Amino acid sequence: MDFSFTPEQEMLRKAVREFAEKEIAPKLDEMDETGKVPMDLVKRMSELGFGGVLIAKEYGGTGAGHVARTIILEEIGRVSAAMANTLQIHHLGESPIIYFGTDEQKKKWLPSMAKGKKIGALALTEPVGGSDVLGIQTVAKKEGDAYVVSGRKCFITNSHISDVCGVIAKTGEKELTCFVVEKGMPGFAPGREENKFGLRGCNTGEVVLENCKVPAENMIGKPGDGLRVALSCISNVGRPGVTASALGIVRRCLEEAVKYANKRTLYGKPIADIQAIQWLVTDIYMDYEISRWMTYYAAWLRDQGARCDTENSLAKLWVTRGAVRCAERLIDIFGAYGVLNEYIPQRLLRDAWPLVSAAGTSEIMRLVMVREVLRKFA
Amino acid sequence: MNSLKVIVCIKQVPDPQQLSKITIDPVSKTIRREDVPAVINPLDKHALEEGLRIRDEYGGRVIVLSMCPPHAEVACREALAMGADEAILLCDRAFAGADTLSTSYSLSLAIKRIRGFNMILCGNETVDGSTGQVPPQLADFLNIPHVTRARKIEFTNDGMVRVERSIEYGYMVVEATLPAVIAVTKEINVPRIPTVSGILDAHQREVKIWTAKDIEAEEERTGLAGSPTQVADIFSPEIGRKGEMLRGKPEEVAKLLVQRLHELGVI
Repeated sequence: MDFSFTPEQEMLRKAVREFAEKEIAPKLDEMDETGKVPMDLVKRMSELGFGGVLIAKEYGGTGAGHVARTIILEEIGRVSAAMANTLQIHHLGESPIIYFGTDEQKKKWLPSMAKGKKIGALALTEPVGGSDVLGIQTVAKKEGDAYVVSGRKCFITNSHISDVCGVIAKTGEKELTCFVVEKGMPGFAPGREENKFGLRGCNTGEVVLENCKVPAENMIGKPGDGLRVALSCISNVGRPGVTASALGIVRRCLEEAVKYANKRTLYGKPIADIQAIQWLVTDIYMDYEISRWMTYYAAWLRDQGARCDTENSLAKLWVTRGAVRCAERLIDIFGAYGVLNEYIPQRLLRDAWPLVSAAGTSEIMRLVMVREVLRKFA
Repeated sequence: MNSLKVIVCIKQVPDPQQLSKITIDPVSKTIRREDVPAVINPLDKHALEEGLRIRDEYGGRVIVLSMCPPHAEVACREALAMGADEAILLCDRAFAGADTLSTSYSLSLAIKRIRGFNMILCGNETVDGSTGQVPPQLADFLNIPHVTRARKIEFTNDGMVRVERSIEYGYMVVEATLPAVIAVTKEINVPRIPTVSGILDAHQREVKIWTAKDIEAEEERTGLAGSPTQVADIFSPEIGRKGEMLRGKPEEVAKLLVQRLHELGVI
């Protein structure tokens, strides 16, 4: 088995790292302070082609695939999980069209999304809960050649910056349908914007639909396909995107732990010589290596066209929880400095926590896995 | 100014951001490069960006040329990913051990083989050797003008190149006829980051490999045999501080201190 990355993938990693360190890093303080999305960076990511890695060449993307996507998100996440999550939700917004759209729908939206001229989002979660998908209350009633959609979605990433939003609505009793709703359509607008303690610079908020008339041609698939579209896209694009962003946090925790342990002295020697610190660093390393293998394995499976919902859920649960664990260990290594705003550990912890429940809680991840585990190992 | 053929010379060097990992072989007096990642010499990247900028503005082609061992193919592909139209790697055991003169000789033969060029761009110096000798030597071999320390390049209406050249407390403006060799500093631009499509495309394209035979290099002028300079020693100098103790009562020491500072020309 060859576990090495290809030369193209190694070069991609280097390019993304350069972008993240030179262009994202200088904006981190401002993002943390204001919570606002730096739209120039969102545009820049698409200029570099990051927005189109899952889109086929014929629709304006590069078709680079899921491993390439993971590399991009990990490297950006290493500097800013907020920017990584913004980008990965843009991919999520593209995904219903990529995987379930007609050729006309792909031609209509994907080229501008690949170039970042239109930003994507997917609106599923409602105040009744995100885990209870069938419990959503947004309705879409057919009127002539359109559907009138009304409802309120919450905790939607890119709510206030998206131009193209996949909205999951009820078209019948236990029948969900996915519609592409565009910015500017009357009756569709962002609502309240959330003020999170982490992932600041990544916009999360409400999306409100009040008798929003959506053309029937904007339906993805047919009535009733919405559940399959939503769960497939979240499983295969949303969760891996969260995982890769969290992997960047774990990686950063490891680098900062080693750097600090080598630099900080106590008792006349670097704290890297103290066994207690060594165990903490090694535990972060173990989490990173396991996280890395799991994340890239799931992405590889997807690139092979294999079904990988279980692997996606396993990776997402492990890596997001791992990001929190590793950030906590890093704070332990830094001691009191770890909780000061001027030092990075506290931001890594604040960015890790929101990822734990994004794209599905840890408990839902266990639910996805247990079905396969009970079947496979019976 | 119409379409131009610009040749950019690049070299692969140890990553300057990881210089602390470099060790020196005490026997061969060479830098051990195995454990340090290699990158395109930073100033060569600025040279490449300038070539691309000129091509994007005026049309033409950018050809990247490098004389390095086989692993430098990665650097050539990175140049293609940034947008270069063609990449040529001079790679042959015959080139091993070349000093700057021998390197410039071999590069000049390759450039003569390429033909029809309007401009050659280089980084002003590399982070490993730091001699800055290759650009002027190259110009001499090719019998064309050269300008070093370029921080801005423009073209005049009559087809000349107008270069702002950094000097200690400012810059001077130099005009030269084309073709010319121009060595750039980091002030000239900000190198672009390769795009995803550029990276994928670069790995589908050919990096041409030329040998000493391909450029008809004379054996006695290439590699170690063609190098009049040899590295005698490489070491990290010890940086110490001069110290002088002044003893006595405070008033006496104060007087002595002022006197010593005056003698040393500090005050």
